[in-house]
Amino acid sequence: MLSSNADSIFWMSRYLERSGNIARYLDVNWHMTLEASDEYDTQWEPLITTTGDIDDFASRYDEASRESAIYFLTSDEDNPNSIISCTKMLRLNAMRVRHIIPTEMWENINIFYHFIKNNVKRPKRIMNNPYDFCLEVKRYNTLIGGIAFDIMDHDEKWNFFNMGRFIERSESTTRILDVKYHVLLPSPGHVGTVLDHVQWNALLKAVDGLESFRQRYGNTSPGKVASFLLLDRLFPSSVLFCLNQAHEHLHAISNTQTWEFSNIAEKQLGQLCNSLSYCTVDDVVEQGLHEFIDDIQIRIGKLQHAITDTFFTGKPRIEKQQFWR
Amino acid sequence: MKGNYTFEDYQLQGFYDENIDSTNAPRRSAKLLSRMLETLTSEELVAIQNSADKSFFDLGITFTVYADEMGTEKIFPFDIIPRIIEAQEWERLERGLKQRIHALNLFIDDIYNDQKILDDGVVPRELVEGSPGFFKECMGIKPPQRVWCHITGTDLVRDSDGTFYVLEDNLRCPSGASYVLANRQILKRIFPQVFARSKVRNIEDYPSLLLEMLYEVAPERPGRPSVVLLTPGCFNSAYYEHVFLAQQMGIPLVEGTDLVVDEGYVYMRTTKGLERVDVIYRRINEDFLDPLVFNKDSLIGIPGVMDAYRKGNVTLVNAPGTGVADDKAIYAYVPRIIRYYLDEEPIIPNVPTYLCSEHKDLEYVLDNIGELVVKEVDGAGGYGMLIGPHSSKEMQDAFAQKIRENPRSFVAQPIVSLSRCPVIVEDGFEGRHVDFRPYILHGKEIKIMPGGLTRVALKKGSIVVNSSQGGGSKDTWVLGR
Repeated sequence: MLSSNADSIFWMSRYLERSGNIARYLDVNWHMTLEASDEYDTQWEPLITTTGDIDDFASRYDEASRESAIYFLTSDEDNPNSIISCTKMLRLNAMRVRHIIPTEMWENINIFYHFIKNNVKRPKRIMNNPYDFCLEVKRYNTLIGGIAFDIMDHDEKWNFFNMGRFIERSESTTRILDVKYHVLLPSPGHVGTVLDHVQWNALLKAVDGLESFRQRYGNTSPGKVASFLLLDRLFPSSVLFCLNQAHEHLHAISNTQTWEFSNIAEKQLGQLCNSLSYCTVDDVVEQGLHEFIDDIQIRIGKLQHAITDTFFTGKPRIEKQQFWR
Repeated sequence: MKGNYTFEDYQLQGFYDENIDSTNAPRRSAKLLSRMLETLTSEELVAIQNSADKSFFDLGITFTVYADEMGTEKIFPFDIIPRIIEAQEWERLERGLKQRIHALNLFIDDIYNDQKILDDGVVPRELVEGSPGFFKECMGIKPPQRVWCHITGTDLVRDSDGTFYVLEDNLRCPSGASYVLANRQILKRIFPQVFARSKVRNIEDYPSLLLEMLYEVAPERPGRPSVVLLTPGCFNSAYYEHVFLAQQMGIPLVEGTDLVVDEGYVYMRTTKGLERVDVIYRRINEDFLDPLVFNKDSLIGIPGVMDAYRKGNVTLVNAPGTGVADDKAIYAYVPRIIRYYLDEEPIIPNVPTYLCSEHKDLEYVLDNIGELVVKEVDGAGGYGMLIGPHSSKEMQDAFAQKIRENPRSFVAQPIVSLSRCPVIVEDGFEGRHVDFRPYILHGKEIKIMPGGLTRVALKKGSIVVNSSQGGGSKDTWVLGR
């Protein structure tokens, strides 16, 4: 397929996923603060840290109140990672590949975009109760993802679509874990307090993982949550799960086995999956959770460059042999 | 509750109406439709009209108004009452269009090769070679099948006596075919009952006819030709059409940056490396095609593509240089062009045209400017023209001045009182002026989609049908026998 089309499908999918993730975080955070004492009302700033935009936020807003945070994350067009910005980019990328994605997919992306655009015109309504708004964002995410699975050919574009979704999700899970860990365990004295439990649950809810966690891991503990979010092989938002999926799709594109590699992107992603596959939560603790996550994030960043370079620039491909030893 | 709308007190006001005859009764072809419309309550009709608008909006068949920051999107207005063309009338139009396109294609091929028609003095050489649509870079090119104007959208209008005239030939990059298909698709979706027993001819296979034609004109080489559609990008106002046609034909939609020329061959950049391209259905103007040959500042073109084209390694559709034949001054010569190449009388007449480049005509135009439509020869989209009866004395004087300064750039025509067709307005049916653009494909043979774009001037009294100036469209039904 055209390099530029692959690029657009990939980013279309990343922006779709990103909008859903923001809606999920926002929703969970909002619910948590409803039952909160003053102590919890400070919980809006970490949320913005999670999306990686705290500097931008701090430069333009006085403080992280519920109103300012919700506005920033949903309706602020100057924030490149707000829901409105994500849906704009989602639609723009979809527009560029409108001829190869199912009409139904385009139509729903278009309706989704207009829904968001109309809603952010009245940000007060979202600030007062973001629940319905977030619910719709999540529903469109599921709907459009479902159309991709059910209607789109499972060909190259489908592989790029999935690769985008899973890479975006893996990054997002690392961020939310990193930030929440900091907030949740400011000092060892906090472990085991009531506050703790509420927040751990919120963290799991934010990645739609509380139910699955309970069923398989039982009660929450920091180590178990870290293990679940980073290394679980079955939970669809765990970092390892996402990267393994991306790995499969990456190899489906070049039609090679996952134990070999034919380009730099395959090499990097294979190494990353391997190092996570043969890792336990004790190894993570030993290295330090923050350092561990930092390393993964850097490697995902490099992977993104490698993907761009390999597929989106339209350079002639390097032959497989050149990579063998 | 307003009750039903009827055609009883429909006002013809002296115009020819496509669906209603001079006794205010529906024409035979429109009887079923008109009766059906009268059985619906006004609320039902408005509801259908609204759901049409919503369908266009949801499907993103829109254009963007950049006045505000967010970019307000608007749909191309669509009126749900179809315009109907009878089988017999269509067959005559079809013959006439085939004849015209056949002759025009021979003309273009002759102009860029032997120039017999110029040597024989049938069309003045200076008119052709001075035309802004004439590209000397195209001299000597012999495209596959000797086809230049692969896709034509000819604008037809009907006068008050019911005669169809050719208003202009769009031989360069005619647009609108996707709207014809979308209009039909959406009308079927929201108003299926209206099709019952009407024997409307199917237009759905236009994309496959188009693709077949593109295959036919590919350079000879084994295997299925690789065909792409070249668009200026997703901010172009016709982008919807580019997407739609690429999708329906299942071909890649490319921008200039997706293509690269190497050693006289054109390739596209794919995730698996470079892939050869045989046919480019270009939807960018020829002046932007190749910065090495035409407009040097073009950022949307492909450097070297003209060289590849000249060598016969890629086919450009439509061929660059066809604009010479839809120049509004050359237009006046088309009846003579048909007689010259085919030795036949034109089946569909031209609107009489005065060439300001000819002294006698110029005087007539200047004396009668208040009664004429004056057009710039390379103007398009309803711009650069003066409608005499609808203009002030100052505007006429200003235009007369422009004509005197550069007579070659202007032609004038008497006002054709465009036929009308009913549309739904607030409290009933009213007539609005329409034109008609059928699409003609020229590959090994000439084929015509049985239908076309009916554009309608939705503003009361207006005769400008262009979408940029308040025009809308209708579904067009060609009836089978």
